[in-house]
Amino acid sequence: MQAAVLRGGAACAGLGALVPVAYLVLRALEGGEGLVQLLQPRHLTLLGNTLALVGTVLVADTALALPAAWLLGRSELARRRGLVALVAAPVVIPGYIVALALLGLGGDYGLLARLVGWRLPRPQGLWGATLCLTLYTYPYVFLSARAALLGLDPSLEEAARSLGLSPWGVARRVVLPQLLPALRAAWLVVGLYVLGDFGAVSLLRYETYSYAVYLRYAGALDRTGAAALSLPLLGLAALGWAASRAGGGRGVGYRAGSGASRPAPRARLGWARPLALGYLALLVGLGVGLPLGTLFLWLLQDPQAVGGRALAHGLGGTAVAAGGAALLALALAFPLAHRATRGHGWGTAVLVSLPHLGHALPPFVVGLGWAFLGLRALPFLYGRLVLLLLALALYFVPLAFGPLRAAWAQLSPRLEEAARSLGHGPLGAAVRSALPGLVRGAVAGGALVFLRAATELPLTFLLSPLGFSTLATRTFAAASEALFAQAAPFALALLALALPSLVLLLRMERET
Amino acid sequence: MPFLRLVLVLVLGLGALAGAQELVVYCARSRALVEPLILRFQEETGLRVHVRYGTQAELVALLLEEGARSPADVFWGYEASLATLARRGLLQELPAEFRERVAPAYRVGDERWVPTSIRVRVLAYAPARVTPAELPASVLELGDPRYRGRVGWAPPNAGFQTFLTGLRLLVGEEGAQAWVEALRQNQAQPYPNNIALLQALAAGEIDFALTNHYYLYRFRAADPAFPVEQILFAPGDPGNLLLASGAGIVRTARNPVAAQAFLAFLLGEAGQTFFTHDLFEFPAVEDVSPHPALAPLAEELAARRPAVDLGDLWDLPGTLELLRRAGVL
Repeated sequence: MQAAVLRGGAACAGLGALVPVAYLVLRALEGGEGLVQLLQPRHLTLLGNTLALVGTVLVADTALALPAAWLLGRSELARRRGLVALVAAPVVIPGYIVALALLGLGGDYGLLARLVGWRLPRPQGLWGATLCLTLYTYPYVFLSARAALLGLDPSLEEAARSLGLSPWGVARRVVLPQLLPALRAAWLVVGLYVLGDFGAVSLLRYETYSYAVYLRYAGALDRTGAAALSLPLLGLAALGWAASRAGGGRGVGYRAGSGASRPAPRARLGWARPLALGYLALLVGLGVGLPLGTLFLWLLQDPQAVGGRALAHGLGGTAVAAGGAALLALALAFPLAHRATRGHGWGTAVLVSLPHLGHALPPFVVGLGWAFLGLRALPFLYGRLVLLLLALALYFVPLAFGPLRAAWAQLSPRLEEAARSLGHGPLGAAVRSALPGLVRGAVAGGALVFLRAATELPLTFLLSPLGFSTLATRTFAAASEALFAQAAPFALALLALALPSLVLLLRMERET
Repeated sequence: MPFLRLVLVLVLGLGALAGAQELVVYCARSRALVEPLILRFQEETGLRVHVRYGTQAELVALLLEEGARSPADVFWGYEASLATLARRGLLQELPAEFRERVAPAYRVGDERWVPTSIRVRVLAYAPARVTPAELPASVLELGDPRYRGRVGWAPPNAGFQTFLTGLRLLVGEEGAQAWVEALRQNQAQPYPNNIALLQALAAGEIDFALTNHYYLYRFRAADPAFPVEQILFAPGDPGNLLLASGAGIVRTARNPVAAQAFLAFLLGEAGQTFFTHDLFEFPAVEDVSPHPALAPLAEELAARRPAVDLGDLWDLPGTLELLRRAGVL
């Protein structure tokens, strides 16, 4: 019976995430003409643009994040928690704020031109979009790679060195292969993010496929067309998911030997220390300093632009929406992660892949699916907070899933078997054996969902109860009317609210 | 003053019901802009107002989907969405006082919605890079080689799309299509919205931009030296199209009396003064004068606007089709 609970929970998470996908496919099939449009050359160009952007962002993210992860995971700088938090902080900054900050820097009227007389071109097109997206997505790769580096058992590397491998050889043949599962997971998260992002890219005038779908949806009452156009995104997401799994196995990460693992020795930087600090300062300056500075400049235009009442309303809304979504997502991801590490066969693989597919769709398409489903099939839920929380939670399940799955994977099934042999049922055994190890994964996953749900826009816009608002929706509403002084306090409050959960996230991966 | 009498009756009637009444507004206007006005209405009447904010397309789709189950009493949006809802039978006829309250020049030939504020399409330009002789007399000239690569436009923007709907009415389907094609060939630079257009003008990426009139004043409020100017084209030019924000009462409104009170408030002195002083729009009524900064533009408005009724600007689907055919959307 307990096994049934675990299975049932996993099925709920998988199938729940399928709901908007199913809606989308049905809607797309409703209108044949929408499907015909898929074949237009313009859409092929846009698909090409999207793939190019995914590629450049993944390369740039990795190139930026790996050195930072090593410096803050394996060098003498690793103890600097504050620095770690700063390097990771761009995850909480809404993408369109980063885009607006970058755009405000260059050009004749740009900040640099007015302050020091430099006239840099404003970022645009592929390079501009890559720069912008990299600045707020590299932390996913950084966090993932750093956590993996911290978790590596140094005895393997020492063995490799003692067998005559050069330091470079150790990095390439021992460390990198062990980092790969973490990198793949981060690449998947970033790739899906880029696939669905349309706000920042549109400001940078780079036309991606998601932006076209968004225009299709936003411009007209044309739901069928938007649904049909979303189908290739579904395909790309499936491909990405498959690619991230290929050769990855099921990610067994627990130690085979006996005895406690110990932290790796920290490399001394010597003469390279200023260089390393300069590099990290550059990252933090661009990823955090630039958007934060822009927000403060906006704030100064009119510090009294926003009343405390509106601020409190948005703050409360964000706490409820993001907090509720985080808890719900954890409850759904827990059994799913268990199935993923302990289950077998095609059924499990499909079930586990479903939430990732749902996550790959542009969020407004997912929101649309929920809205129409709510109206037609669940009128008692429609317009209620529950529906918003459910949609957010199911959409963000993959984020909670990652750390939980890693936690399950690091637990030897033997622990579970031991618990069962002591007379606990399967669920009891799973929980008892796993709980201590899983708490960290759960807090990390929950914090991640909280961060993303707090900055989320389209789902929140579409499914909010009447009168509901979050800091993110209020920031966006003000910024999209050029009321920057009004946008700043909401955005700053959002950052202030998100920062503690980022710190929490980092505390959970403290080295053992 | 029949309108004032109506307002009095409505407000008195509401006073008696206050506390028991709630009003649901579907609002395509930005929360950041109109929330203060809604709070003020709430304070003055004691009504609880629930607002669903969204894009106009989103809210129209929602209303269509919700049908008779919709909780909405009022739809507050723009000319295209209001005219669409009216044509689909989703709005109810308004008492004649509302129509008569609106300045004769802005009345629509439809009894089911009223304009609540007026906007105009303009040509914004960068005075640093444009000589007076280069300013075109007509929006139709922008396909000319001397404007090659210098013009910015925002095909996804609702204001631009309504302008194009107006252009189709004025120069015909083929003329409008030819204009879009000419601008595309002339390397008109696409931007996602009007704000991006003004920022690009200031940054030096483009020299001219087709936009709505009120954004510039918001930039000037933040920086009086913002390096952009704007003008109207020659009298009657399609480029000077008037746009409206407006409101109507949903056919299935549960609270039509409160809904009428809300519309009366928007058209009253408080609402009209707010639109022009806080949002830099033109009042839709005669007895409230425009913000002083708008005065030069306001004087020209009547003489320069093209002959298009605000109620005729409903064919957004046709405009979108045209833009897609031309490959710019």
